[in-house]
Amino acid sequence: MFIDFFYTLKDHGIPVSPTAFLTLHRALAKGLVNSLEDFYTVSRSVLVKSERYFDLYDQVFAHLFEGAELPDLDEAALDDMAQAMLAQWLEDPKQMADALGVDPETLQKLTPEELIEYFKERLKEQTERHDGGNRGIGTGGTSPVGHSGFHPGGMRVGGVSRNKSAVKVALERRYKDYSLDGPLTASMMGEALKRLRHLQPHGPKDQVHVDKTIYETMKNAGEVEIVFDRGLKDRLKVILAIDNGGWSMDPYIPLVQTLFDYARGQFKELRTFFFHNTIYDTLWEDPARFKKPVRINDMVRRDPETRVIFVGDASMAPYELMARDGSMYISDRSGRPSIECLKFIAKTFRNAVWLNPVSSNHWSYTRTITMISQIFPMFELSIDGLEKAVAYLSTR
Amino acid sequence: MSGQTFSGASRYVLDAELAQIVNVSMALEMPLLLKGEPGTGKTMLAHAIAESLGMPLLVLNVKSSMKLVEALYQYDTLTRLNDSRFGDSSRDVSDIEAYIKMGKIGQAFMADHRTVLLIDEIDKADTDFQDDMLDVLDQMAFDIIEIDKTVCTRHRPVIIITSNAKKDLSDPFLGRCNFHHIAFPDPKMMRRIINMHFPGLDDGLAQEAIDAFYRLRQMDGIEKRPATRELINWVRALQTDPDFKPKRLIKSELPYLGVLFKKSQDFEQAQRMTQRRARY
Repeated sequence: MFIDFFYTLKDHGIPVSPTAFLTLHRALAKGLVNSLEDFYTVSRSVLVKSERYFDLYDQVFAHLFEGAELPDLDEAALDDMAQAMLAQWLEDPKQMADALGVDPETLQKLTPEELIEYFKERLKEQTERHDGGNRGIGTGGTSPVGHSGFHPGGMRVGGVSRNKSAVKVALERRYKDYSLDGPLTASMMGEALKRLRHLQPHGPKDQVHVDKTIYETMKNAGEVEIVFDRGLKDRLKVILAIDNGGWSMDPYIPLVQTLFDYARGQFKELRTFFFHNTIYDTLWEDPARFKKPVRINDMVRRDPETRVIFVGDASMAPYELMARDGSMYISDRSGRPSIECLKFIAKTFRNAVWLNPVSSNHWSYTRTITMISQIFPMFELSIDGLEKAVAYLSTR
Repeated sequence: MSGQTFSGASRYVLDAELAQIVNVSMALEMPLLLKGEPGTGKTMLAHAIAESLGMPLLVLNVKSSMKLVEALYQYDTLTRLNDSRFGDSSRDVSDIEAYIKMGKIGQAFMADHRTVLLIDEIDKADTDFQDDMLDVLDQMAFDIIEIDKTVCTRHRPVIIITSNAKKDLSDPFLGRCNFHHIAFPDPKMMRRIINMHFPGLDDGLAQEAIDAFYRLRQMDGIEKRPATRELINWVRALQTDPDFKPKRLIKSELPYLGVLFKKSQDFEQAQRMTQRRARY
């Protein structure tokens, strides 16, 4: 029962586990689910473990139980089905009309185009034989155990009564904000970056280690022996290099700003550099990229354990990356193509990633993005991508 | 299933969806994990359940440095050491059990009646804590190593776990819980919440305060958005001010912004916005 539902959830990327699915059946067996509304709520709380997937769940639920369109079910599929229905209609109008529950007379007055439109409309609201036909239970409303009957004793229910079916609730997509492609907020970024922290004992021994003290005291036959320890400090070094030049980065300024603000608060030793499009011989410490140049050759003398995070759209003309005199700036003539510089940095700092504010679906359309992503592991500047990047940086 | 269902409490406005999830979790005897913006009543829910079902509530406030053992039991070695050296207590020093004190989870397991156990802000602890807790919650039993005794539950407690989503919880942990995300209440619901907390509140004031509150929440670039808790405090502040007239809210004069905005940047931004509006 509901196996299709389970697999559709899985196919759409919601991490559902078989154990949870069994739990759902336990709930069903206990008679806790008496209507589609119940099923919607219970299966979501049992199967879906993060609000980020609530939106996807709503979409899948609405699709399976009401035949709403899934994001990837395109108009063409509907067209095909409508065409097939038209063909069947031409063969046997009576049977088709019966199946749809309408008077054949009314349909006969329509032109084929109108018919197709009509069928498509009906397909969208089709309740009887849609994909898979796995409506194990009827849409709410008819069930004797509705919402008002569920809580005896006049409980105070917030929304007075939710006189909407579960499918309608699902179709509302109330959780759209929480889905993975939602906006990246400052605190989410902070949380993701926090995981990079690398706490190591450092400084004077000024903290009492209680467990050790007790152990030593016991060993000393009760003569109190106090053991001191060093406090934990973050010793991780991070370099953040931000592309802050050119029009191409303009749409992403607020995003990068949030990242920058939060990064500054998070790490003990954070150095920020700026560049435009790509890196040649120099990075700049000032955002105007003028006063404080830092040569790559100096930078690579830093601790190779330093985590380097590049932020940039990596979108430029290919010659900027490949040509020896690629730089747009006349003063910047290193004689070394930028791609060599990048490779050089990647070789020095093994823990380097490139965060790209451009959505990863579009990466393959820009050649330079593909090329740079071969040098540095590239992640999207989104909650998901940032988490992956941090996981990558902290594993090694 | 004990036949008890949860149906709201005197100080908590419950929405139907959540009520059902609570009831299902109780019936399945699974912990319920609640997430949501700070101040949306995650912790309050546990209090409400305890109140309405007449069960005692045990609160385990998770701290970042916490070890699971602390939540289960504590072996008071220092007292025992003290007793053994000075021998001036009535306890029997050779009986270790006399020096075992139950932690919050231990108390919930040992209780004579079914209890509500609230594990508050579990995301603060590290993943080891969560993983260790898995076994305990799964088997509803733990060992006291010092005296080699297993503590089993007499009555499975109703377990409510809250998380502020600071860290993602591990997958196996999530697998053992039911999950709900408490969404931010809409203005209508908020009105009911306010009415419940301030039964005699003037209608005009309530509506104006809620409208102003949602306007402020919608401002762009706010880091910590004010939540239900802040609104309730704000209304309380407005109520205690004898000079305050609800009309002032319509004119966008908003006093006590400090109650709503806790970060200085947010506070300044809110102030700027209200001043700009007040000019027109």
